[in-house]
Amino acid sequence: MKSTGNLQLTTRGDREIVMTRIFDAPRRLVFDAMTKPELVKRWLLGPAGWTMPVCEIDLRVGGAYRYVWRHTNGKEMGMGGIYREIVRQERLVCTELFDAAWYPGESLVTATLAEQGGRTTLTSTILYVSQETRDTVLKSGMERGVAASYDRLAEVLTSQAARGMEKGARSS
Amino acid sequence: MMATLRALAEPNRLHIVELLRNGPRPVGHLVRRLRLRQPQVSKHLRVLSEAGLVDVRVDAQRRIYALRPAPLQELEAWLERYRRLWEANYQRLDALLEKMKTKEKNRGRTKR
Repeated sequence: MKSTGNLQLTTRGDREIVMTRIFDAPRRLVFDAMTKPELVKRWLLGPAGWTMPVCEIDLRVGGAYRYVWRHTNGKEMGMGGIYREIVRQERLVCTELFDAAWYPGESLVTATLAEQGGRTTLTSTILYVSQETRDTVLKSGMERGVAASYDRLAEVLTSQAARGMEKGARSS
Repeated sequence: MMATLRALAEPNRLHIVELLRNGPRPVGHLVRRLRLRQPQVSKHLRVLSEAGLVDVRVDAQRRIYALRPAPLQELEAWLERYRRLWEANYQRLDALLEKMKTKEKNRGRTKR
């Protein structure tokens, strides 16, 4: 199986999706890249053809953020939320809701940054209001492709399973 | 697809699927490897079977379970698509971080 990068996707319990990725940079830079609008616009874009003309971030507890993406074909997609918890360079918790709310309730996204030897492990956990919501998101993501790439919701199943499919068995 | 995900969301069932990747196995083997009671293992196998993930055949009193590859392949293809979408974001982030590191280094040198 072809696998890109070292991104791992897992589900945890009934309501969570977890994504883990390692970056070759200290976490203060990763944190900046995740929280400064001029930087966020440069990478959080999904598939080819999309740009992010609107990126507003009020980085304080209770502050709001808002993202709007635009495709070359004119289609737009927006989402936003409120910061619930901020520990600089370490932990970011915010709500997340898409304008075209195609699933019930907002989700809660927790990003944690752990640095070791100048490299940063970013773990993003998305908690949905219910298992039904998560499954709806996953199902709808499967049908919609593009939309799902933005909600970070995209995925499921344990990375172990995905790895196991390539390699055969896993021992633990 | 959702049935596959739900069935695999339970750690013991995921473990069973992993064990069966090595080939068909009798229930007794799974019971030993999982260190669960037989009724629990049977319950998990029933869920996996209902989700279309495993087949069973009876061979001289023994029930032998085998993986059905189709749902897993479908799931794998699907996961890979989303992994790629997020990986595209993260690869752009990799490139951005490289630029930020370079910039920081240069700034340190010139003490601007």
